[in-house]
Amino acid sequence: MLKMENVSKLYKHRGQTVTALDNATVEIPRGDFVSVVGPSGSGKSTLLLMLGGMLSPSRGRVFLEEQSVYDLNPNERARLRREKVGFVFQTFNLVPYLSALENVQIPLFLAKMDDDAQGERAVALLERVGLGDRLHHKPCELSVGQQQRVALARMLANDPAVILADEPTGNLDPETSRQIIGFLEEFNEEGKTIVMVTHDPRAAERAKRTLRLAEGAILSERRAEERLHVA
Amino acid sequence: MRMHTLVWREVFERKSQLLTSFLAILLGITVIVSIKNITFYSEKAVAREMDSLGANVLVLPKSATVQDYYAADMQGETIPEEYVTRLVMSDLQGLDNLSPKLSLPVEVRGKTFTLTGILPKSEFQAKAAWQGAGIFARPIGCGAITSLSDAAEPDDKNTLVRKRVIEDLEADEALVGADMAAALGVKESDTLELLGKRFTVTAVLPQTGTVDDSRVFAHLHTVQELSGKGPVINAIEIIGCCQEISAGLVDKLNRLLPDARVVTVSQIAQSQIKINRMMSNLSLMFLVIIVFVGGASIANYMYANVFERRREIGTLMALGADSRLVLKVFLLKALLLGGAGGIGGYVLGSIFAMVLGPQLAGMRVWPMWELAIAAVGISIGLTLVASYFPARRAARLDPCATFQEV
Repeated sequence: MLKMENVSKLYKHRGQTVTALDNATVEIPRGDFVSVVGPSGSGKSTLLLMLGGMLSPSRGRVFLEEQSVYDLNPNERARLRREKVGFVFQTFNLVPYLSALENVQIPLFLAKMDDDAQGERAVALLERVGLGDRLHHKPCELSVGQQQRVALARMLANDPAVILADEPTGNLDPETSRQIIGFLEEFNEEGKTIVMVTHDPRAAERAKRTLRLAEGAILSERRAEERLHVA
Repeated sequence: MRMHTLVWREVFERKSQLLTSFLAILLGITVIVSIKNITFYSEKAVAREMDSLGANVLVLPKSATVQDYYAADMQGETIPEEYVTRLVMSDLQGLDNLSPKLSLPVEVRGKTFTLTGILPKSEFQAKAAWQGAGIFARPIGCGAITSLSDAAEPDDKNTLVRKRVIEDLEADEALVGADMAAALGVKESDTLELLGKRFTVTAVLPQTGTVDDSRVFAHLHTVQELSGKGPVINAIEIIGCCQEISAGLVDKLNRLLPDARVVTVSQIAQSQIKINRMMSNLSLMFLVIIVFVGGASIANYMYANVFERRREIGTLMALGADSRLVLKVFLLKALLLGGAGGIGGYVLGSIFAMVLGPQLAGMRVWPMWELAIAAVGISIGLTLVASYFPARRAARLDPCATFQEV
């Protein structure tokens, strides 16, 4: 489903070369739920953005369903994201001047769905995340937990095969975090492949697999069964 | 959700920031439309005057200005009516018709109009001395107007409009301009009280598009009596003979009336043409200013808007928006801004022209649809050009760099 082959990402910063990701190779099969952990600056978000076709590697190749992502031009990558990838952000990234309903409609508008169908699908998704009574509220009129649920509904709009979540619980209280991770598990059970960057060990443990990064390199990989076995 | 929803909502979310750019373009277009509109009608009026009046001559007080032919007698300064007699008694050739005038402001039902005293031709003819001098009996055929007695409709009061003189006018009769009649709801045979005297309206004059539409004409001696200034006038209009004018009639008149100012209508027209040209240059200058100042303001606003919205742009890109869509979002916003500025500027400019035209140039001004196309075209063109580079920058943003947490 998702594959990175010897991928490196080097940045130039004030004349110095910084290695954000160093020769990373990883394969994520369809239906997997992977958490990526590691200290700040270890390359977690870089890895996530590269998998989503948002950041081209300095070396190596990234595949999504056998398609070499960075052999596509930027507009083709945008189409690939529109059709197959859903992003969840730590700070939700909702458009502030649009209502919850309109925020969820954005991916549907980008997919050129007609107005009525957009409205119906967006309402259904917001009801699914428990916000059926907040359709016309703007983000500033919602709690952070509600905002993240709007972001989840928006991410689901185009029914993506892959969900890339960057610290989805980073700004949330423990109860809301559990709720969000619960939603992600639910989506995973429906067959979606999930890659989640997190600092939260409890959130990481809910994934089927955990990749540990440090200084741009993948240090270790543990499966949930192994964690249970150790426990 | 549609593209215009996305653009429209954003515009209203940050409307205060947009206001400065919008005002810059709105005011610029307003000024250009006003000037162009007034200039167009002013040029038309000059052309019409030249066509209809030929080589007319005006005798004015020494201190009078000559900015506007139709308002030349409304300047407060006076000359003695005796000048008319001097002209009639002279042996000057080429004076076809004389029309002395005295004008006063009058207020009727809370509105201000101009009461203009004129001397009908019958008064000249009744004076044996003048008749003897033979101004109307001279061999004629050289002027724009040869003789009123030759006119097809000698009793038609409308000859005042076309030929600046009138056959008969009793002491209590008045001729009302079209605008004044419309404003007061006055028609023929009605009575009208001016400065305490009752007049019978003998005719409502046809529309001329000049300040004459806001005048009421009465007998000169009645107006002199009402003014309390004695036998004075503000101006003498002379239908002069072209050949005589070119042969030095103006110089001869100046010698005959050394304390008056004698000008030909072509001089006045030249003065008006000069003003028109100045207004035309002014509108060109405004166009240049709006292109630079308005364009810079819009470009600056758009660059700031792109910077402010970089996270939103990155989000849209992460959700699958391509660079063309981002470019379209910003250019559509520019289109809206330009369209609103152009339409608003045209409407305001036309209103200003209609209000100020009669005051500044002494003629009625109507909106011109050609200016609407030009105003909207210039406005949209300017905003699109000024917004293109900021929009392109938005479309080329690195989506990763737009997320702070990355």
